[in-house]
Amino acid sequence: MAFIPHTAADVDAMLRTIGVERIEDLFDEIPQPLRTKSLAGIPEALNEMQIGRLMSERARRDGLQLSFLGAGAYEHHIPAAVWAIATRGEFYSAYTPYQAEASQGTLQVIYEFQSMIAQLTAMQVANASMYDGASATAEAALMAVRANRRSKSARILMSATLHPHYRSVARTATANQGLRFEELPYDRGSGITDLAALKAYENEDITALIVPQPNFFGRLEEVDALTDWAHAHHALLIGVVNPTALALLRPPGNWGTSGADIAVGEAQPLGVPLSSGGPYLGFMAARLEHVRQMPGRIVGRTLDSAGHEGFTLTLQAREQHIRRAKATSNICTNQGLLMTAATIYLSLMGAQGLKRTAAACHARSRELSAALGRLPGVRVAFNLPHFHETVLQLDRPVAPLLKALLGRGIIGGLDLAGYYPELGPALLVCATETKTAADIEHYRQALAEALQAARAA
Amino acid sequence: MSNIPGDLKYTKSHEWVRSLADGSLEIGITDHAQHALGDLVFVEVPEAGRQVKAGEACAVVESVKAASDVYAPFAGQVTQGNPRLTAEPETVNSEPYGGGWLMRLKPAAGALEAAEFLSPAEYQQLVAAEGG
Repeated sequence: MAFIPHTAADVDAMLRTIGVERIEDLFDEIPQPLRTKSLAGIPEALNEMQIGRLMSERARRDGLQLSFLGAGAYEHHIPAAVWAIATRGEFYSAYTPYQAEASQGTLQVIYEFQSMIAQLTAMQVANASMYDGASATAEAALMAVRANRRSKSARILMSATLHPHYRSVARTATANQGLRFEELPYDRGSGITDLAALKAYENEDITALIVPQPNFFGRLEEVDALTDWAHAHHALLIGVVNPTALALLRPPGNWGTSGADIAVGEAQPLGVPLSSGGPYLGFMAARLEHVRQMPGRIVGRTLDSAGHEGFTLTLQAREQHIRRAKATSNICTNQGLLMTAATIYLSLMGAQGLKRTAAACHARSRELSAALGRLPGVRVAFNLPHFHETVLQLDRPVAPLLKALLGRGIIGGLDLAGYYPELGPALLVCATETKTAADIEHYRQALAEALQAARAA
Repeated sequence: MSNIPGDLKYTKSHEWVRSLADGSLEIGITDHAQHALGDLVFVEVPEAGRQVKAGEACAVVESVKAASDVYAPFAGQVTQGNPRLTAEPETVNSEPYGGGWLMRLKPAAGALEAAEFLSPAEYQQLVAAEGG
């Protein structure tokens, strides 16, 4: 099936009209050595039947395992109405349409999303969404450099308990923009940022401090002390938060004496299913005074010339189609579909529903931690409260155990060996509201047997 | 017809420059420029102490339809950005040559001699050529 409407005759006629012989001639100004003829590693095209078959085979391979893996992406129950509504023709697009104001419904959804994120984070303004939590963190660092005019260093401190992928994405995304990232170590006993490590930076010019809540180990950071330290040293405070956890935890806008300056995070837990790494959805909120340094689009509510309420893209003068190379970012509304799902999810759950979900996650995670922590050769690594994840330290390498569990249809968690080798054999496990007592018992038994088998071998 | 006071110097990029008693110079955008931009909603002025090169973008004026850079007409050090504009950016529209000044610069040695200013008459011609 041809998706391109122009016939060879049409193309010839167009080329004749502009006086060009071949389409290739249009690219003459690109020097030959810079042109790529074919892309290495990209196979020939498949037809619709072949691609359909390939994809269903791949999907079957994913299977329907019982998952205790979190580490930044979380399995939650998604009410059936979420995707039934999100995939309606009126919403089913990734983008805000050109001439955005002609699509009032789309703009209203974005406005509602922004309002809900602002409310969840207790920040004054939120944007129309980002690509994902990791790139939102990188954008927050860039935004802090623009917003903190008192600081000249572009030095950013980030806690080593921030998601390892977020840390590397932040470094990669800003590599050519002169930012310098330095990591704050964590306390081995509690698994949270070591406040004493801040001493070394007392008299330094620090642009911003990035703090996760809960952190990668699931532990709760001392966000008040960290926020107050940042502000006492003229640094901005960037909070990287889990939106489900915000239903129970104090939101970043209320951290410390004066609150965080920027809050970002991954909104996948709000109605977006786990799907081999994405696409996911980032969010960003900030203090009003920094709104012009904020990347991405913002929808505002206003009145039209007849006095009717309407929605409009606002503060566009910061954006690339007006500010060109000096734009604050090149982020638009590319995650519009996932943002729509998140908005519907939040409106169906309501504040009480989200709170109950978060409380259920916390309860299941405590049960999991208690059940697994009693097994011989297993101990719970840190001693402070956690949200829906926890670290287990084992008496033998984790990878073979995870393989054995997978053989029984269980994804047992994340092996931390590659990320935090200093913890020795360590496993990050997660339980959300989707796990029952029977699931947890099933996992406990399977892990006990895997450990026993490994010990006997 | 735009207002072009006879006691100021001008630039091709529509800034005006006024000599102050303390040796520093006050800089703003012209009546023609504010009119072309439309209602200003935000003005970002440089911080005191900042060193600027001639032609460097050092302030931003943002209206409902565009955001434009304001350039330093000569090299020097910022002695003050107009603090009033943060809360009242519309002052640039209502008093472009008065309360709507953007910044004050202390010129670097030789910087004024190197600068290319326009006289009021020359600026008048530039505006006329642009259809103003």
